Amino acid sequence: MTTMTSKPGQALVNREQSLHFLRQMLRIRRFEEKSAELYSAMKIRGFLHLYIGEEAVAVGVTEALGSDDAVVATYREHGHAMSRGMSMAAIMAEMYGKIDGCCRGRGGSMHLFDVEHRLYGGNAIVAGGLPVAVGLALADQMQNKKSVTCCCFGEGAMAEGEFHEAMNLAALWQLPVLFVCENNFYAMGTALQLSESVVDLTSKAAAYAVPTATVDGMDVIAVAEAAEKASDTVRETGGPFFLECRTYRFRPHSMFDPGLYRSRQEVEGWKQRCPIISLIRRLKDKGWIDDPGLERLEGEIATEIDSAVDFAEQSEWESVEDLTRFVYSDAGAN
Amino acid sequence: MEQQLRKMNYRDALNEGLREALQKDERVFLMGEDVGRYGGCFAVSKGLLDEFGPERIRDTPLSESAFTGAGIGAALGGMRPIVEIMTVNFSLLALDQIMNNAATYLHMSGGLFNVPLVIRMATGGGKQLAAQHSHSLEGWYAHIPGIKVLCPATLEDARGMLWSALLDPDPVLIFEPAVLYPMEGELSADAGPVAIDQAKLLREGKDLTLISYGSCLHKCLEAASILAEEGIETDVIDLRTLRPLDDESFLASVAKTHRALIVDEGWRSGSLAAEVSARIMEQAFYQLDAPVERICTAEVPMPYAKHMEEAALPQVSSIVATARRMIDG
Ligand SMILES: Cc1ncc(C[n+]2csc(CCOP(=O)(O)OP(=O)(O)O)c2C)c(N)n1
Repeated sequence: MTTMTSKPGQALVNREQSLHFLRQMLRIRRFEEKSAELYSAMKIRGFLHLYIGEEAVAVGVTEALGSDDAVVATYREHGHAMSRGMSMAAIMAEMYGKIDGCCRGRGGSMHLFDVEHRLYGGNAIVAGGLPVAVGLALADQMQNKKSVTCCCFGEGAMAEGEFHEAMNLAALWQLPVLFVCENNFYAMGTALQLSESVVDLTSKAAAYAVPTATVDGMDVIAVAEAAEKASDTVRETGGPFFLECRTYRFRPHSMFDPGLYRSRQEVEGWKQRCPIISLIRRLKDKGWIDDPGLERLEGEIATEIDSAVDFAEQSEWESVEDLTRFVYSDAGAN
Repeated sequence: MEQQLRKMNYRDALNEGLREALQKDERVFLMGEDVGRYGGCFAVSKGLLDEFGPERIRDTPLSESAFTGAGIGAALGGMRPIVEIMTVNFSLLALDQIMNNAATYLHMSGGLFNVPLVIRMATGGGKQLAAQHSHSLEGWYAHIPGIKVLCPATLEDARGMLWSALLDPDPVLIFEPAVLYPMEGELSADAGPVAIDQAKLLREGKDLTLISYGSCLHKCLEAASILAEEGIETDVIDLRTLRPLDDESFLASVAKTHRALIVDEGWRSGSLAAEVSARIMEQAFYQLDAPVERICTAEVPMPYAKHMEEAALPQVSSIVATARRMIDG
């Protein structure tokens, strides 16, 4: 394993910001735990990919983005959508397949889109979002906008041709894309070393002369610092940056995964490094949170989740008469 | 008033369409392999680099997927990109972006994000380019809801479809039959944008409807002249837009002629011709005096040798022979 190119988080952020990180990670964690429950209750169907264990990545990276920046994500994007500011209610209703979902129930868990927060989708084709992110950055460059396009993907995507094509084009044309590789070491059941001839992922981006960094993706403060630096570089140079965040998913790949490919010890080992537990520990050490405070936070989040579930329950199903809407912008064109 | 006509070829007409679009809207830019310094692999974009510069006439690496996807992203980001893919066979490397992204975003997002992108590419056989450069896959693309599929067969359409496609809020694919690039003709001085939601009746007759598009359209027109000398009068319809299909045009014609022959350079199985035929059967069955017939490309990868390629492609002689048989019974 290569060493981290960025230092562990200095916790030099202030109390308010640390508590914000904690709240965001806990919101994602509890929301997804509830989603898993609702999946078993058959309220949510289709594919459901949980981000549990990886929360520090989306939360830390989002911190480096402004409201004018764009995000392109994968099918494992609840965390990104929530960090960006989308409401739990809109996401939950989407997973219920209801009309008040962010995409009227047309997309589901894997395809969350949002205009206000410039979220250009959860994309369920591995690496399929990378070329689109390059294009968004191209549009910004051609229109002299200073935005960054943040493109998140798993390490599995780096074996795809689209990764290499997108990396080359972004570097060749010096486009402002922050590529964030969420390296959780498995693509479904295939371990990194079983799919890549070279497991040092940064070297692949470096081959296109893209600057890189690797960060501990279980440490939200370290991620936020690394992402800040990375996005600063993108804004300064106008060109791309590749940030590898080393992380781990605690849950199966999706709800249909028997989990045969990794040992219990390995999973348990990573769980010891849970980004939420370790942040709480650090916050307690600093005296920035105590148990009653934590309980209050949990209570607020539980209330938010309850009302999101209520919202989804109450929302209507879209009329079947509208089935062929949104195929073309002009409804009559189909 | 005397219309002023200018002599030019199909390629020139496309070039004019591009130039006009680039002049009219500064959000428009062209990108693709060798569109700039080389002038386009079929010389369609010749001269545009000098006029509009490398920002707007962008040579891309050999990365069909990346630059097609970048076109999608740029369209989402407020630009009006025209992506050129050298030929339809190469577009298969970008099929993920076209099918999984361009065609789905509007729907997956519940109407939030439309993709105003135009993709142009060459299609079809007839140039002895063998089995990886000669296929007519536009019928495949016409299978996909969420994109529109155009095939200009005339100078007027070559010139005029592009701007209409750029005004469309959704992804539009324009297929340019490669054999037509050198086709000479005349175009009126005030030629401009054309409708992209209608087929066009190019010749009128009462005995038989010939339905076609692209390069086969010209074979149908030639066949129609030969048939006319024998007293067989045919309607010839240029479909122009393969998705969505303009059913009214060929249904109206069949109601008059009661016979339809579809000529399509795609392979027969699962072809666009099959779709048109089914629609006639569904909507005009009782108008028919004879079964609908189809002439398509033989179901082989395109051979190189000239005589074999000719045998594989629809030809005027087979259109004439089939039409005669359909009339004589
Ligand atoms: C092009 C493509 N091939 C295969 C799949 C099936 N698939 C879905 S997720 C996945 C693993 C991807 O792993 P990675 O990119 O590391 O992301 P992670 O799921 O670990 O977040 C696979 C193979 C797919 N969705 N798209």
